[in-house]
Amino acid sequence: MTPKRAGWAGAALAVLAFFVAVPPLMLRSPVFPVLLGLIAIGCGAWAYARGEKRLGGAAIAGAAFGIAGGVASTMSGEANLERVVVWGALFAATLRYATPLLFGALGGLFSERSGVINIALEGMMLVGAFFGAWGADVTGSWLLGIVIAVVAGALFAAIHAIFSVSLRADQIVSGAALNLLAIGITGYLYVDIYGTAGTPDDLPQVPDISLPIESIPFFGDVFGQLNLLVWLGLIMVPLTWLLVFRTPLGLRLRSAGENPLAAETAGLSVVRVRYLAVMTSGALAALGGAFLSIGFVNSFTQNMTAGRGFIALAALIFGRWRPWGALAATLLFGFGSALAQRLPVFSESGAVLFQALPYVLTLIAVTGVVGRSIPPAALGRPLAKS
Amino acid sequence: MSATPDDELPPDATVAAKLSAYLRGGGIITPLITVVVAFLFGGLVVLATGHNPISTYGAIFDGTGLNWLFPWTSSTEREIAALNLQQTLLRTAPLILAGLAVAFAFRCGLFNIGGQGQYIVGSILALWIGVSFENMPAFLHILLAIIGGALAGAVWAGIAGALKAVAGTNEVISTIMLNWIAIWIGVWLFNRGGPLQNTNPQQQDVPVSDDIVEGAKLPVFWGDPILQGLHIGIFIALAAVLVFWVILHRTVLGYEVRAVGYNPDAAAAAGISVARNYIVVMAICGAFAGLAGVIDVLGWQFRIATNDIRINDVGFTAIAVALLGRNTAIGVVFSALLFGALITGTSVRNLDPTIFEPALATNLTLVIQGLVVLLVSTDLLVVYLWRLRRRRLSSRKAVAA
Repeated sequence: MTPKRAGWAGAALAVLAFFVAVPPLMLRSPVFPVLLGLIAIGCGAWAYARGEKRLGGAAIAGAAFGIAGGVASTMSGEANLERVVVWGALFAATLRYATPLLFGALGGLFSERSGVINIALEGMMLVGAFFGAWGADVTGSWLLGIVIAVVAGALFAAIHAIFSVSLRADQIVSGAALNLLAIGITGYLYVDIYGTAGTPDDLPQVPDISLPIESIPFFGDVFGQLNLLVWLGLIMVPLTWLLVFRTPLGLRLRSAGENPLAAETAGLSVVRVRYLAVMTSGALAALGGAFLSIGFVNSFTQNMTAGRGFIALAALIFGRWRPWGALAATLLFGFGSALAQRLPVFSESGAVLFQALPYVLTLIAVTGVVGRSIPPAALGRPLAKS
Repeated sequence: MSATPDDELPPDATVAAKLSAYLRGGGIITPLITVVVAFLFGGLVVLATGHNPISTYGAIFDGTGLNWLFPWTSSTEREIAALNLQQTLLRTAPLILAGLAVAFAFRCGLFNIGGQGQYIVGSILALWIGVSFENMPAFLHILLAIIGGALAGAVWAGIAGALKAVAGTNEVISTIMLNWIAIWIGVWLFNRGGPLQNTNPQQQDVPVSDDIVEGAKLPVFWGDPILQGLHIGIFIALAAVLVFWVILHRTVLGYEVRAVGYNPDAAAAAGISVARNYIVVMAICGAFAGLAGVIDVLGWQFRIATNDIRINDVGFTAIAVALLGRNTAIGVVFSALLFGALITGTSVRNLDPTIFEPALATNLTLVIQGLVVLLVSTDLLVVYLWRLRRRRLSSRKAVAA
């Protein structure tokens, strides 16, 4: 048995430790989750000691959560458990919660891979949310709403590019400024245009896609009725991976982020690459925002992103600046949100605390306890003027 | 190509190194011009949406109560102005403290974006101490709450400092994460069924804490305590400014902090423990920001609702305060006053709704704050002034030759 396999086995057992205690299996004895969890910890520790630190550590941490969740489940009432853990609905909700995060994280990936820190994802998302709603309202078409949101997001991101690439401003300060500006501008326009009445109820909405798979037990519930933008987000993951890691354009993007001087020497315009990357990032984050306003809740309210841009940033870091990693992180965070939505059945206040989980996990990830997240080498460095 | 401060600096110059170059380049003029430009842009936004910028700014200014300082203000106006000015100073005090928290980190080359979280944990601990210990003497009670809140902030920020020192974790990322962890912990504490939710049987549906006991409230020295008069927190803030200046300029720690800020490698080579400095500096920053939370809770809020935690933006305004104040003690005081006045002048309570809608004006404040930070981020004006000075110097040299 290789350490790697032991690590994966540990991770799988950690999930199983939780899974046996909830529907449909729902074993009522705490012995099962504890036993499975301990075996998982053993596998994880074995893998960790033999060099598979990241996987082993993840298995150990996962097992701790698995035991805690599993034992907690055996102690709660069966009826409540059956109300909370409906896997099909839970996964469908996971995808809905993950989508804005996914767009934001993929957007951040473009910007940060090119060497520009983007803590303004929150603001870009908010701009997308407002202009998506406004555009859909004015034109009467959700499609044009999305187009307007994307253009607005890209233009707003261009401010970040002008300041942090051309003027070589501190990228974090510029990002913080953009977040303030985004709340101010969208809030101002929202109050000025819609006043106290709010966005109209008949806002054109991005349609759901119905697939004729309702009869398939689990998949029908999850994928049968999903918003168009959810699918678009999922498709963006392989597209981003192809673009960034398998095309010459992606190579240029990454070289601007790893070693801009070498890239410049090789005849590449780092400035142009970074402009394109930052504006792409704004466009994608705005798509995530537009999903919130005209795909999910069908209205715009002031500061409606409420920190989702920062969770997207966390997901990007947690996913180690990789598309598939970002997808996994957003699904994990999305699952947390979906579960938190149903947890008030057990404890209203405890469900709230659950919302802090993405941030705690990211904090652990960046400290390197469970395999360190290493950013692109030139992240945050403006290109020296020659 | 003409020279700019950037040309004298290595491309990866630390924040403090840039700061020092910019201070030589711009002095006090650039922050002033920055503010003027930001307000002009804000005025354009007002104009573009069909309102009158001059009467708008006039109404906002009247709302700040700063007209109290003018000798020609009539006595009836002066009474209202006094009330407004009390509000402005009430808002200025926490901004000074939170601004110091950002500025002190900058001086060590650290970016403390976590003022918000540090403020929240400080206010939570002050509140907890304030609602407990009912029979404690007032002075001791307040002192305990102040120390507790400052310590809570110090520990919270210290986590980020320790992570940076031990694991090299970027403090921007860790402080952002700590902000949101603090927010959700706060919401959890005061939410329905939370550990610190109020004990009033009639208010069990309201996600708000109990009020702190009378003895824990900060004394009001100007105005009516019932009308939210000005409490002594402003003196705590000014004392902190003094502490900030003394630590930075009159202690070994301050010397080390500035050395690490200019160039961590050189400081390490000179035998300064960079890691220790990161931890100590972040802890001190956290204490400042925690204090900001303390004086808000003990001074005028007296209770915390989950909504207060969600909408609190003192920590972010503090970034604008510190940057506009050039991370200096006196600069922080004046820019905190500016933003405190702006927040008060655009509030629902103080802005005349017939001239400009407060709901619009509060967003205008955010736009102006954002513009200030954006302009400061590049120091376009500094670069411009620097070039001007260079040109003048070189032409003088040419004349002399």
